Amino acid sequence: MKGPRARDVDLGTVLLAVENVSLAFGGVQALTDVSFDIRKGEIRAIIGPNGAGKTSMLNVINGFYQPNSGRIIFKGEPRAAMRPYAAAQGGIARTFQNLALFRGMTVLDNIMAGRALKMRRGFFWQLIRHGPALKEEVEHRRRVEEIIDFLEIAAIRKIQVGRLPYGLQKRVELGRALAMEPDLLLLDEPMAGMNLEEKEDMSRFILDVNREYGTTIALIEHDMGVVMDLSDRVVVLDYGQKIADAAPNGVKCDKNVIRAYLGEPHGTSA
Amino acid sequence: MDLLYKIFIDPFVQMGTAPDLLVQTLWDGFVAGALYALIALGFVLIFKASGVFNFAQGIMVVFAALTLVGLHERGVPAFLALGLTIVVMLALAIGVERLVLRPLVNQSDFILFMATFGLTYFLIGLGQLVFGGNPKVMIANDLYLPSGAIEFRGLGGFVSFQKIDIAAVGITSIMVAVLAVFFQRTRIGRALRAVADSHQAALSVGISLEQIWVIVWFAAGIVALTTGIMWGARSQVDFSLEIIALRALPVLILGGLTSIPGAIVGGLIIGVGEKLVEFYWGPLLGGGIDTWFSYVIALGFLVFRPQGLFGEKLIERI
Amino acid sequence: MFYREVGQYKTSYAADMAVFPILQDRIGLAIILVIAFVLVPLLGNDFLLNSVLIPFLIFSLATIGLNLLTGYAGLLSLGTGAFMGVGAYACLKLTTSFPLVNIVIWILVSGFFSAAVGTLFGLPSLRIKGFYLAVATLAAQFFLEWCFTRIPWLYNNSVSGAIEVPLRKLMGVPITGPTATSLTRYLVVLSIVVVMTWIAANLVHGRIGRMWMSVRDMDLAAELIGIRLLRAKLLAFAVSSFYSGVAGAMLVFLWYGGAEADVFNINQSFLILFMVIIGGLGTLIGSYFGAALIYILPIGLRAIPAAFGLPIRPATSEQLTFVIVGMLIIIFLVLEPNGLARLWQIAKQKLRVWPFPY
Repeated sequence: MKGPRARDVDLGTVLLAVENVSLAFGGVQALTDVSFDIRKGEIRAIIGPNGAGKTSMLNVINGFYQPNSGRIIFKGEPRAAMRPYAAAQGGIARTFQNLALFRGMTVLDNIMAGRALKMRRGFFWQLIRHGPALKEEVEHRRRVEEIIDFLEIAAIRKIQVGRLPYGLQKRVELGRALAMEPDLLLLDEPMAGMNLEEKEDMSRFILDVNREYGTTIALIEHDMGVVMDLSDRVVVLDYGQKIADAAPNGVKCDKNVIRAYLGEPHGTSA
Repeated sequence: MDLLYKIFIDPFVQMGTAPDLLVQTLWDGFVAGALYALIALGFVLIFKASGVFNFAQGIMVVFAALTLVGLHERGVPAFLALGLTIVVMLALAIGVERLVLRPLVNQSDFILFMATFGLTYFLIGLGQLVFGGNPKVMIANDLYLPSGAIEFRGLGGFVSFQKIDIAAVGITSIMVAVLAVFFQRTRIGRALRAVADSHQAALSVGISLEQIWVIVWFAAGIVALTTGIMWGARSQVDFSLEIIALRALPVLILGGLTSIPGAIVGGLIIGVGEKLVEFYWGPLLGGGIDTWFSYVIALGFLVFRPQGLFGEKLIERI
Repeated sequence: MFYREVGQYKTSYAADMAVFPILQDRIGLAIILVIAFVLVPLLGNDFLLNSVLIPFLIFSLATIGLNLLTGYAGLLSLGTGAFMGVGAYACLKLTTSFPLVNIVIWILVSGFFSAAVGTLFGLPSLRIKGFYLAVATLAAQFFLEWCFTRIPWLYNNSVSGAIEVPLRKLMGVPITGPTATSLTRYLVVLSIVVVMTWIAANLVHGRIGRMWMSVRDMDLAAELIGIRLLRAKLLAFAVSSFYSGVAGAMLVFLWYGGAEADVFNINQSFLILFMVIIGGLGTLIGSYFGAALIYILPIGLRAIPAAFGLPIRPATSEQLTFVIVGMLIIIFLVLEPNGLARLWQIAKQKLRVWPFPY
């Protein structure tokens, strides 16, 4: 287990800032006045006990939920509400806790689907396919094959994703997100349900993506070892509120965080 | 200007100057609405308990009525024919559960919906093969259903209430009340509601899904039979009834797929609405508006309030 | 043994992504095209052309249209019959108003009218899905059916209320109207259907097909990767209705020679939907299979007992068709929800390893 790495990344510019965001569903307050920022090029972990509102936070950043109050500032532009399409166009990609793959399609098609925003050849070229549309397809196919090689899933790329084991499906989902060439990658529990070897592979992929492509990553994760190893900074949520925001080591020792996860010993006053 | 007058003023003037016609139209719409509500009720029953949108409900109405009349044609006395038809509907429920629902138990809603399309065609063909495709007369008299009309003089003219219509409304109300009590008060009703909520949870407390499904399809079959008798008595028994049953779909949209009171209210709104629009505005457009009017209303609802008046709002999670 | 792909290495992405990557498939397709364009005209008789092949091709086209909408984009539609009708009536009005323009052009243009109507009735798809959307398409079906009977301008005010098809020629040869031979009509229909199938294949193999399938499989995720849902869905309605419209125009002008409005009723919508389901949702070849099975079935039901000397009344064979089609749908859904297309794939798989069992 390594300690936090010293990184010569431009930790100055803020890519995304969450300002006083609150979100409620009916009677349930999912997020209360949460503020933090994500700096360009870093790996930011969002942690907290179950039900803390982590996925809701990602959904707000993504544009899937609109916050009741507060705003998101992405690439310097403030947005009170952001539609999912705008988020995708702006360079935000994500993976999901419960997998959101296109089950009827093959691995290759799923990742090619991620290139949707980048494929611009018009409808009439698509009608005849041969010519500019096919050239564009081949170009993007090349890029997608690079991603497939990177994620080591070349052997299964013609298989329908519904038939793949869970760990490989998660990798395909990561591939689809990478195909978007995002500036900000949101990963919702990418290691869930994986064994040690798979987790090491996934960690390696995440680090490589961050280092080689410079992609900023926000990551929800429960495995504390992964969080400590991978992340530059950590924000901790509990019952929809932010209770800590520091480097991994700082968060590890924070009293509030320990209390949130482990509770209090009996007989101690609050 | 003249057109605006025709659309927005004239119909209301007509309503005012001939209130007897208005009442007649309202009453006819009310009766049609009650029958739509019955058809919708059959849908709601099955949807609540098995999550299946039973497109074949309409043809079940026709099939039940056909069986009844067909048996009687072959010499079976009326009430025995009624009893036998009930047995046939039970057999149908068991058959559907065993041959359609059970093999498809894990498939998506879409596939189950398609399966009911297949069931519809199957029943259409079977009904015609066994009983012939000619329209038939409902054996209303033999079932002691009233005929004739009550005429009411007043309101500047007269309004006639067909006794069979009154009977239809009455029987519908009784049926709804019985079903409501059944759902809320009995053990089986509770089990039905459990199954509607979650198949797996229901299984884990020992409820037999198969039994519940047979019960619910049988109940829907009885509702279909009642509807068939009433509707057949008011006009005749033929396959155009199936298309009329399709008109019950907007009722479901309006009322919400999972709500019994919704089916009633929706049915009445659509029934009355259709008749009013057809009678007062129909002549402007050449008539026949009632074939699509209810759908346009449903469309409007779908866009602004997809869950209908009483249905449960669907929240999609990712 | 005949179907081995061994030795067929693809050396470019373009080759790998071709519509028919396997050589045997390409040979098979070439053979079918030769049979269709050369052998059938030489050897076929009127009955084969008129009562079997022409309607089969027309229904296949309509089925492809619905398959694009329901099978690829996942939007259930019960309005196909009505959209076919829009194409037919549009064609009638166009050719009556501009009789000198070639009828084939009008048949294709009428598809655009259908596409416009289809797009309009597809607007609710942004807010509603599944069988709610099906109910919305029923609104289209019933409303348009009403239009076909109640707007006399549409059927040129003819007394019978039916469409009467005028004589039209292509390069001097009559192709519509009573003097057109079945051979000429067959060749026109065949050409149109082949070209439009090729276009459909191009669409579904490229980014648009992927876009539709993404919307079908999980539209929330599709939105999050940057697909605009409304555009994708409306495009699906437009293209699908275009195909239905052309099929409808061909139905009236190149097959029936005239039509009453109830040709485009809800029964027609159901029939095409059944062809899609039995053939295989989301496949093009399945559209052909489904159309073949459902269209040929009643013909077979009449012909086979007659061959054994037991004639059955037309009404009975029609009722039997209903029963059998209904059962087939349930049987297919239970045993092979992916339809005949999947059975064909399995057969090809067996052919790959034949004569070995696996």
